[in-house]
Amino acid sequence: MKAQFALAAALAATTALAAPAFAQDVECPIKVGVLHSLSGTMAISETTLKDTVLMLIDKQNENGGLLGCQLEAVVVDPASDWPLFAEKARELLTVHDVDVIFGNWTSVSRKSVLPVLEELNGLLFYPVQYEGEESSKNVFYTGAAPNQQAIPAVDYFLEELGVEKFALLGTDYVYPRTTNKILEQYLKDKGIPADDIFVNYTPFGHSDWSKIVSDVVGLGADGKKVGVISTINGDANVGFYKELAASGVSADDIPVVAFSVGEEELSGLDTSNLVGHLAAWNYFQSADTPANEEFIAAWKARMGDDRVTNDPMEAHYIGFNMWVNAVEAAGTTDVDAVEQAMIGQEFPNLTGGTAKMLPNHHLSKPVLIGEITEDGQFDIISQTEEVDGDAWTDFLPESAVLTSDWKDLKCGMYNTETKTCVQIKSNY
Amino acid sequence: MRKAPRLAGLAPAVLVALAALFWAAGVGAQSEAPPTPVEQILLDNSELIQKSSRRTIGPAIDALASSGLPEAADVLRLWRERELYVRKSDGRFVRAARKGSAYELTNIITGAPMGEASRRDVDQIKPNSGIQAMIGAALVAFQLNDPDPAVRLRALQGIERDPEASHLTGLRAAIGRESDPFVQEAMARAERRLTIQFDEDEAARIAAIMSFAGDLDVSTRATLNPLLATHLAVREKSAPSDANVARTLTPGSDGFSYQAAYEILVNEGLAPKVITAAARDQALIAAIDDGSVAGVKVATLDTREARDAAYLRLADEGKVPHTMTEDEQFALLGNFIFEDVYSQSPAITDATNETIDAINMRVAMYEAADLALDGISLASIYFLAAIGLAITFGVMGVINMAHGEFIMMGAYTGYVIQLFIPDKTLSIIVALPVAFAITFAAGVALERLVIRWLYHRPLETLLATFGVSIALQQLAKNIFGTQARPLTSPDWLGGALVINDALSISYIRIAIFVLSVIFFLVLLFILNKTRLGLEVRSVRQNPRMAAAMGINPDRINMLTFGLGSGIAGIAGVAIGLFAKVTSDLGAGYIVQSFMTVVVGGVGSIFGTLAGATLIGFLQKGIEALNPSNTLAAQTYMIIFIIIFIQFRPKGIFALKGRAAEA
Amino acid sequence: MATPPTNPTMSERGRSLVRHRSFLAQPSTIVVMLLLIAFTVSIVSLSEAAGGDISTSLVKTLGKTMCLCLIAVAMDLVWGYCGILSLGHFAFFGLGGYMVGMWIMYARTEAIVVEAARNAPLPPTPQEIRDAIGTQIFGVVGGSDIPPIWAFAHSLPLQLILVVLVPGLLALVFGWLAFRSRVTGVYLSILTQAMTLALSLYLFQNDSGLRGNNGLSGLQNIPGFEEVPQSVVSVAFFVASAVALGAGYLLAAWIVSGKFGSVIRGIRDDEPRVRFLGYQVEHYKLFVFTLTAIIAGIAGALYYPQAGIVNPAEIAPIASIYLAVWVAIGGRGRLYGAIIGAAFVSLLSTWFTGGRAPDIHLGFYTIQWVDWWQVLLGVAFVLVTLFAPKGIGGLVDLLVRPKRQASAGQPAPREAAE
Repeated sequence: MKAQFALAAALAATTALAAPAFAQDVECPIKVGVLHSLSGTMAISETTLKDTVLMLIDKQNENGGLLGCQLEAVVVDPASDWPLFAEKARELLTVHDVDVIFGNWTSVSRKSVLPVLEELNGLLFYPVQYEGEESSKNVFYTGAAPNQQAIPAVDYFLEELGVEKFALLGTDYVYPRTTNKILEQYLKDKGIPADDIFVNYTPFGHSDWSKIVSDVVGLGADGKKVGVISTINGDANVGFYKELAASGVSADDIPVVAFSVGEEELSGLDTSNLVGHLAAWNYFQSADTPANEEFIAAWKARMGDDRVTNDPMEAHYIGFNMWVNAVEAAGTTDVDAVEQAMIGQEFPNLTGGTAKMLPNHHLSKPVLIGEITEDGQFDIISQTEEVDGDAWTDFLPESAVLTSDWKDLKCGMYNTETKTCVQIKSNY
Repeated sequence: MRKAPRLAGLAPAVLVALAALFWAAGVGAQSEAPPTPVEQILLDNSELIQKSSRRTIGPAIDALASSGLPEAADVLRLWRERELYVRKSDGRFVRAARKGSAYELTNIITGAPMGEASRRDVDQIKPNSGIQAMIGAALVAFQLNDPDPAVRLRALQGIERDPEASHLTGLRAAIGRESDPFVQEAMARAERRLTIQFDEDEAARIAAIMSFAGDLDVSTRATLNPLLATHLAVREKSAPSDANVARTLTPGSDGFSYQAAYEILVNEGLAPKVITAAARDQALIAAIDDGSVAGVKVATLDTREARDAAYLRLADEGKVPHTMTEDEQFALLGNFIFEDVYSQSPAITDATNETIDAINMRVAMYEAADLALDGISLASIYFLAAIGLAITFGVMGVINMAHGEFIMMGAYTGYVIQLFIPDKTLSIIVALPVAFAITFAAGVALERLVIRWLYHRPLETLLATFGVSIALQQLAKNIFGTQARPLTSPDWLGGALVINDALSISYIRIAIFVLSVIFFLVLLFILNKTRLGLEVRSVRQNPRMAAAMGINPDRINMLTFGLGSGIAGIAGVAIGLFAKVTSDLGAGYIVQSFMTVVVGGVGSIFGTLAGATLIGFLQKGIEALNPSNTLAAQTYMIIFIIIFIQFRPKGIFALKGRAAEA
Repeated sequence: MATPPTNPTMSERGRSLVRHRSFLAQPSTIVVMLLLIAFTVSIVSLSEAAGGDISTSLVKTLGKTMCLCLIAVAMDLVWGYCGILSLGHFAFFGLGGYMVGMWIMYARTEAIVVEAARNAPLPPTPQEIRDAIGTQIFGVVGGSDIPPIWAFAHSLPLQLILVVLVPGLLALVFGWLAFRSRVTGVYLSILTQAMTLALSLYLFQNDSGLRGNNGLSGLQNIPGFEEVPQSVVSVAFFVASAVALGAGYLLAAWIVSGKFGSVIRGIRDDEPRVRFLGYQVEHYKLFVFTLTAIIAGIAGALYYPQAGIVNPAEIAPIASIYLAVWVAIGGRGRLYGAIIGAAFVSLLSTWFTGGRAPDIHLGFYTIQWVDWWQVLLGVAFVLVTLFAPKGIGGLVDLLVRPKRQASAGQPAPREAAE
């Protein structure tokens, strides 16, 4: 047995060494992996993103492809099963030899894929708002980091709505946990006492909200204006807003700002209960720009008139176009070359302004706050300038000292105090 | 702060006004009327209004409110309702109505047409709800004299959202004029609240405070509690104090640590800073010289003690400042007194304390009642979900894992019917019997096709119905998609029965409670007073004997199973109304339902009731003890049930005799 | 239309006549072992690591399938032989994965931290290292302290002992409570389901100290073997899984072959009668329950380093139900049936959901297997329960003993919870 292993190891080592020698300039067609769940609980959100990538690829092919090659999509279904994400990523990178992957929605699926990406030196574009505290050489984060969604929303609460007491309600998983931890610290820094921050976690799909809603209403007893920061995920929102409406709480009394409720989640729901409540994103379908008009028209022409667009779709739109430009700039699809060419890429946002890829693999994007309207859309009431995505939040002491720079420092977790790279690979 | 000097907005305003003048000169050829005075105020504050930030909008609102112009109230209202637009070409404020892809513009005061503009040529002014509240407050003065009582009440709402001292005079005057007793009562309450907050006369404030004894309104507590706000003050022991002290804090107790106390001293400038671990390390690093610090080898500095010692040596060498040792810190702390100090006078705080204590006592009582209501509500939901199961499981000894999917079918039936019947009330009335019929049929089909072959093989029934459950769930996903579908309750079920601000329950939960009571009674009646019930009971007790007496057990089994499934369908409509309709709606209830049946005792409707009550109350109780983690409540409840079953394996209501062996 | 199901106990009784032979000499055992060895050797020699064509991802899939077969054998032992329909064995499987995952995460992070600290100007204090590890592991879930349950995570031998100890103890306590109060039949099934639900809800909480919904990830990177390519690691785990499966199978075969096996079969068929005969039924059941939990834990400990991530979703009740489905479809009451069922259904499931199965065009509707596979599985399962209670393994009977099958009388079947 041992001898066999030694042999196997030797063989593997030689193949590993030989591999870079094959690194080609371009081999047609250029393959684009799509790693979004098409079945299971996440299918509803992720199928839309798969269709978005396919639409972008078709459009690129119509315009003559890339580097003289056609793009070919390789779609796999990780079925909302986290271990399967790792398996499918390996399959995409080794069996299908894709040049880039667009995929993932949940953080846990991203953490599942990370080791495979870093082992096989793949390239992933991750389009969803997330909790930060990560920067991998092999991932570009085109969704919002906490400082591009959560922090501006809290600022809006503090300054525009005069909220003095915060209820942080979330589904019990990593994104709300980390986001709320950052927000708690941020609010304390802003002078909100710990007693005025109420935190609650509920399971996925929670439906019995009566107690929690009455607790939130009761928070107003000390004369401070209460606001809810909701990181409640998916279906559970329905019951939550229903209960809120049933207790006669309007958005004027207790405003709710949600980070996980977008057009897609609202479509097909009765939003009359939700009118006036808020959501913070980097994109709303109602953004009034020519580019957005064109994007929506193309999407509806392809998928049907009742379909809506949302924030992660814009993230893929920006990510895909930046990747195309980076490949053209690099003249190759080689991951290392494209990765360097990506940094500094600029592309117009659908909401106006320009997104820029930063050395920490995050985008600079504007932050929008919208009020839910009767027709399931958002009325944009606030739009900031572009905000730089921050991989390591400045509001937690242990990550304030960390920074990520893949351009000069070549490190995703660099300790600015000790001036050392904590680790090249990311922690998963 | 809102009363910021109007000068702040003046410089830009002058520019805008100049622009407006040019406009007036240059565009005079057009037929549009020049800006009226109230429009001019808008134009003067154009920049602030367009910036639309609560922090800077104050002067603009004040300018309108204090202009004394009769149209000011209308403009404020339009502004609040987001009906003001700005024409980009000349900066004029207009009203706009959508016409195709363009807007038809009209004058804000006269309604005179002002031509059309494309979507991108006008900007809607969208005050956020913070600004809306401020405008509401400014409108109070106008609204208090409005002939419509509803508007006058609206004014009171404006006061509540954003109370100002200036409201007091207007309100007091309005009370005298008020003819509507209901509005007058509300005004009086608002007046007393404003008195507490803004009146100069302490006696009047105290009287107002005392008048609220026993009042349960959240806004009352919201008025009173801020009077008790304290801040932490520190003084030297010897220093005299005339502060209104709430309590004295002893460092090292009551969650007030020595570190926190010392930190306060440092912040107040009463004590020197203690060097932190990070600062110590920085100092050590800075002092590294040829692989050692103050003669200590760097490699040995891998413990806290070693680093502390090295720092001390550095300090002794005079290279870094000395730091205070812990003993020195203690000694220093002993010189000071830490107190929570009220910002109001003792008379006010005493009165408030007395009032609020009485209120809090009542609130606590009502909150307990509220918790009980929540428990009852949850119990009735569990009862509804489980009662169908209790019939099939208890009466027939058949375990139906697809029961949850029948609940889901009922909910989807409601959803589909709402697609066809838009009227919410009618659709629910139709949905209940249709859901019953559909799931009844599905239940009968399941019994005939699958379960009939597996009587006396309960484990295999369990597995086969699992198969059905998996298939049905996926089928629902294929048909309806994975996204939650809406099942909207009629408006009359939309609100909540508010007894007071501490005790309220939504009508939908009351409806579910009523529904479960009806089910309980109907089932009790069917099983105990009807022929069918008699036959069901006889088949349960001894199928062969029953058959010998001319009862067809096959038919009874079929009907019983249909009945149990049909009830699941109705439960599905009810559950869908208060939560959401998804393909895994039922799966979320199935384990809980089995628990309910098992805990209560198989085969007894009373048992299911008892089980549901126990589990409902237990879950709410655990949630109340640990309000920040709903997930934990579920875990603990299941563990409790597992242990409970150890002691009463047959449940609370254990059937005696043969039936118990089924 | 439906033929009454055949009686599994008949063939058991038939087999018991020849049970004086050692379990090693039983034809099924020999065939299974030979096939397992042949399969393992051929996969290893054709793997990427040995220069063959079988991709690393396929090797991983096959290795994971081996682990699933192992837990299916355990399930068969406890259900098919002892009549306890446990709907919670994936809880033990998951716990095994968690226990080994804790060491992998801790050791890997420690190596990273120590490496990073090497460049720092001051040598790190033990506390600093511990803090850094805590931040690295729990930073993603909003924490930084290492919870007490990680006390042994630094040591591989201790965690490996926990792989056996934790599922074993949980099963022992749960089984003791349940069997002592004579909870049987469907009640027990529901209780085991509640147990796994409670555990999965508990682990979903961040406060559980096992990273909540995120679980433990990056488990494919084995500390100390970072430089070894995954193609080799995957083959190593594949072989280890095969060895574990072989050993587990032999153990199970040995247990069911002797007098002990007769007693537990007796318990399955008529528990009160065995009790009247003077056997401590509870002890037998407890032993089998605990032993199979330990086997499940070991299977999990081998499975998750190949899957790369273990999280609470893995031990949701549905997983254990699928386990019962595998064993039922494969044919319970025969150990090779469990292996056939687990391998067949899980690989088929991978194939169908992998999007590689061809769509069926019906003109008005296109059946996409990604959507319809679950429906097919559910229906197939109902049909198997109704018409083929022996599952796929029953086909073996048709091949080997067609005569006995045809002539067998068919009295009304009896089951455990009668």
